[in-house]
Amino acid sequence: MNTPARPLSSVPPTVRWLLAAALALQLGWQAGRPPPGARAEALPPAPSAAALRLASLGDPLALSRLLMLYVQGHDDQAGVAIAWRDLDYGRIRQWLERVLELDPRSQYPLLAASEVYGAVGDPARVRQMLELVYQRFGEDPDRRWPWLAHAVVVAQHRLHDLPLARRYAQAIRLRATGPRVPAWARELELFVLEDMDQAEATRALIGALLSSGQITDANELRFLERRLQNLPPPAHPPR
Amino acid sequence: MTAALVIARYTLLEALRNRLLWLLLLVLAAAVCAGGFLGQLALTESRQLQAALLAAVLRLAAVFLVATFVVGSMAREAADKGAELLLALALPRAVYVLGKLAGFAALALLPALLFGAVALAFAPPGQAALWAASLLGELWIVAAFSLLCSLTLSQTLPALTAAGAFYLLARVLGTLQLLGHAGAAQADAGQRWLTRGIDALALLLPHLDAFTRTEWLLYHTGGLADLANVAAQTALAVGLLTAAALFDLYRKNL
Repeated sequence: MNTPARPLSSVPPTVRWLLAAALALQLGWQAGRPPPGARAEALPPAPSAAALRLASLGDPLALSRLLMLYVQGHDDQAGVAIAWRDLDYGRIRQWLERVLELDPRSQYPLLAASEVYGAVGDPARVRQMLELVYQRFGEDPDRRWPWLAHAVVVAQHRLHDLPLARRYAQAIRLRATGPRVPAWARELELFVLEDMDQAEATRALIGALLSSGQITDANELRFLERRLQNLPPPAHPPR
Repeated sequence: MTAALVIARYTLLEALRNRLLWLLLLVLAAAVCAGGFLGQLALTESRQLQAALLAAVLRLAAVFLVATFVVGSMAREAADKGAELLLALALPRAVYVLGKLAGFAALALLPALLFGAVALAFAPPGQAALWAASLLGELWIVAAFSLLCSLTLSQTLPALTAAGAFYLLARVLGTLQLLGHAGAAQADAGQRWLTRGIDALALLLPHLDAFTRTEWLLYHTGGLADLANVAAQTALAVGLLTAAALFDLYRKNL
């Protein structure tokens, strides 16, 4: 049972004044401080895989997701939006690799590499991201082929590097041989050879991804649909 | 036996009167809100992100609350001389320890069932049940160790610190062993001794990194072998910790 409190008058006046003065001082001090200035901070180097494993306290999957949000949020820090071209892509690559090492079954880091950080205007940085996708694709081709398929389109139409696009498309055809990999993914090499225009190829790739039923996450569906809507209209509308 | 059950019942009542259930519900609501917010930030795998973060936070919160309650309850009972009063009765000291343990074990059911029900939103019933059962085992081990610390160290702060250190060590033991053995070829004498020390600790402590695994909720990889491993480790660890607590209490001059 709660004992009722004694009346306010039982508090000595000195204590009441002391409380009021301390509160006023605290409010005055905080109000007098200059407003916090937004300042972009560089992404620090990624810790070693061993340090992260220890820090995860035996739960690497949860840490992997937390780190992904941390990296993703870095280009939009409190009050400052950093252009992708100003980010240190070497460090971003390091972080994405660590995230993937903590949970190799997660698709998130490779999606971020190919669809988010790979959308930067600087070809050298785009190549860095595509190369990360290509290298990590080999570890689990049947699961990671969508991101290499996207890399094929980027290499072909944004970098205009047909040999690179063909190398990626060939890797999908030769290594992503599981039953859940759709036939069109293995036929991407043909798209490269036919050299379709970028919007059409992207539309075909996203359309095929959406209709394959493999994308089930609502956020990802919205993201892909937005990208589809933002593409320029087809030069030859379908008859 | 009846006396132990009475002690267990009053231990559980004390927890409920300390508003532990409300606290658990509050933690759950805060974790669900935070998980929902972070899930909205994700570009993909938002459900998995939510499940992983929620599972990690709820597990840590449950461990923290149970350890704090056990240590706090034992300290209060010692300060009130309630423990001395009980031990002055014509009861073996074992009844007191077993009664307290049974009460703490029943109390651990609350977070395990509550948080396990939340896990159902992210995983099939079998996997969520395995996760909840494993959380229960983890909480029983933490409760048994906290009880041992309270009886041995007699003071709140050292007991809580020891319980926290035990939990952290038991969670990272597997990783420490991997790291120690990975660099064994180039290790100097000091590092080799350290690796041996970690190996010795690994023989003594339960491997809590095999408990309450998030991948069961995310990738549905849990099976009967995992359940058997968790059950065996829980039985062995709780048995050892109870024996140690009894040993310490019987040696104590009260």
